[in-house]
Amino acid sequence: MNSRFISAALASVVAVAAASASAEVKPADVVWEDEIAIPASLTGVPGDPAKGAEVLSSRSLGNCVACHVVSAMPDVAFQGNVGPALDGVGARWSEAELRGIVADAKRAFPESRMPTFYEGDPAAFIRPGDAYTAKAYNPETFSTLLTAQQIEDVVAYLVTLTEY
Amino acid sequence: MKTFTLSKLMASAAICAVALTGAANADPHPDAELIIEGELQLTTRAEAPAHLDGVLPGIYSGWLFRTDETRALQMDDFDNPAMLAVEDGEAMWSTADGAAGQSCADCHGDASESMKGVRASMPKVNENGDLWSMEDYVNNCRTTRMEADAWGWNSGDMRNMTSYISMQSRGMPVNVAIDGPAAPFWERGKEMYYTRYGQLELSCANCHEDSWGLMIRADHLSQGQINGFPTYRLKNAGMVSIHNRFRGCIRDTRAESFAMGSQEFRELELYVASRGNGLSVEGVSVRQ
Ligand code: HEC
Ligand code: HEC
Repeated sequence: MNSRFISAALASVVAVAAASASAEVKPADVVWEDEIAIPASLTGVPGDPAKGAEVLSSRSLGNCVACHVVSAMPDVAFQGNVGPALDGVGARWSEAELRGIVADAKRAFPESRMPTFYEGDPAAFIRPGDAYTAKAYNPETFSTLLTAQQIEDVVAYLVTLTEY
Repeated sequence: MKTFTLSKLMASAAICAVALTGAANADPHPDAELIIEGELQLTTRAEAPAHLDGVLPGIYSGWLFRTDETRALQMDDFDNPAMLAVEDGEAMWSTADGAAGQSCADCHGDASESMKGVRASMPKVNENGDLWSMEDYVNNCRTTRMEADAWGWNSGDMRNMTSYISMQSRGMPVNVAIDGPAAPFWERGKEMYYTRYGQLELSCANCHEDSWGLMIRADHLSQGQINGFPTYRLKNAGMVSIHNRFRGCIRDTRAESFAMGSQEFRELELYVASRGNGLSVEGVSVRQ
């Protein structure tokens, strides 16, 4: 491999990274439809349903199963029932609606107990903390609960849940 | 649009309800009775106090939401691990400490008489108009009468002493005053109870009023009553104070919590205690 090839390759990597960074829609710039749906992808990169399943079930990521039963995940122990079962959500809601519910369920259901996963502004919360430390948030590290791509991954998984 | 989205949700909720009937652990135990040593029957279910009219159908001790094994531990004082804290507190009761060379017993005599009913009415407004928790009264005696150092709010000594004092009210109904001078504190505590703290934006009410009986991951949500405190938590292998429990629940919303012993937590304590008016003081309880 000659050095010109490497630098060309690097340049294209940088270009791709820059493109995906600029394509990422920040929480404040999200375009909503009917206060429930987000028609456009937040990243422009197709979601990966396998990664989405991981986000859904993992305690340190979405931990969606804390509140939702997902029958398609029989190996995930201790699924909670504070929210409705997610079985069939892919049939009940469009992809755009699912993106909206996961990003900010309170748009459609103002009283919902479901957390807002795509809001990174600490001013939007009352006494926001530094994760689960009980301490005040750190302005350097405070971020949305899920990244834009994780939301795309979750949505890609949810659309597969078409059976009740 | 709203009706359309809601009807979809109602459909899912209906499905969900069908799936849930018969689920284990879905509600407080329907008929378990908390009888200590086969003798002392405690009230674990009661009518909701008037200020909760229409909010809760009835009030339930956290004991009813625990497993058979955990409930059994509290029915036998020999098995109840919290009794060790009570014993340590009892020993301390008559041990002199501080420059004045006095013990609690020197002023208060027999705790089974002088401390009876204290837990049931805490927290309460003192003669200076401040809202005080049991810990405040204990530290006031230590610093002004015994001339000893104040104990940390969550120190082992403090938890042992509040365990011993609470035991003297075991079986008495919780009966905190919420009117008169207590009213403004109670109002502020109530406001806190409904405030959606942290990045998860969850209030006490979201979990303990809207969702009691449901599962949040592996946890069976109770009404978050404090009639059982101090409580021996199996998970912590130790006694947990009321304010420590509050601190943990607010931390779990990804919030900056409040300090144990803060004015905010005293006010919240008064409000939460009042939601349990009518349940028995359990003295010391056992929880998961
Ligand atoms: C603390 C509880 C909680 C958590 C955590 C939670 N949800 Fe929810 N969710 C709810 C509730 C409650 C509802 C019902 C809407 C309402 O509040 O009326 C809901 C509704 C939904 C719906 C619409 C369901 C339907 O049946 O139509 C979807 C989809 C959903 N959640 C996905 C998720 C995903 C994905 C995550 C994690 C990234 C998640 N939820 C995390 C509580 C939660
Ligand atoms: C995210 C959900 C959640 C929130 C919000 C929450 N709690 Fe809890 N709380 C729990 C869980 C889970 C437990 C353990 C199971 C149980 O007893 O309900 C618990 C237990 C308790 C207990 C112990 C009950 C007993 O009998 O041992 C008290 C008291 C309590 N909570 C009070 C509060 C108060 C006051 C607030 C608000 C400041 C609050 N909780 C907010 C989830 C929550």
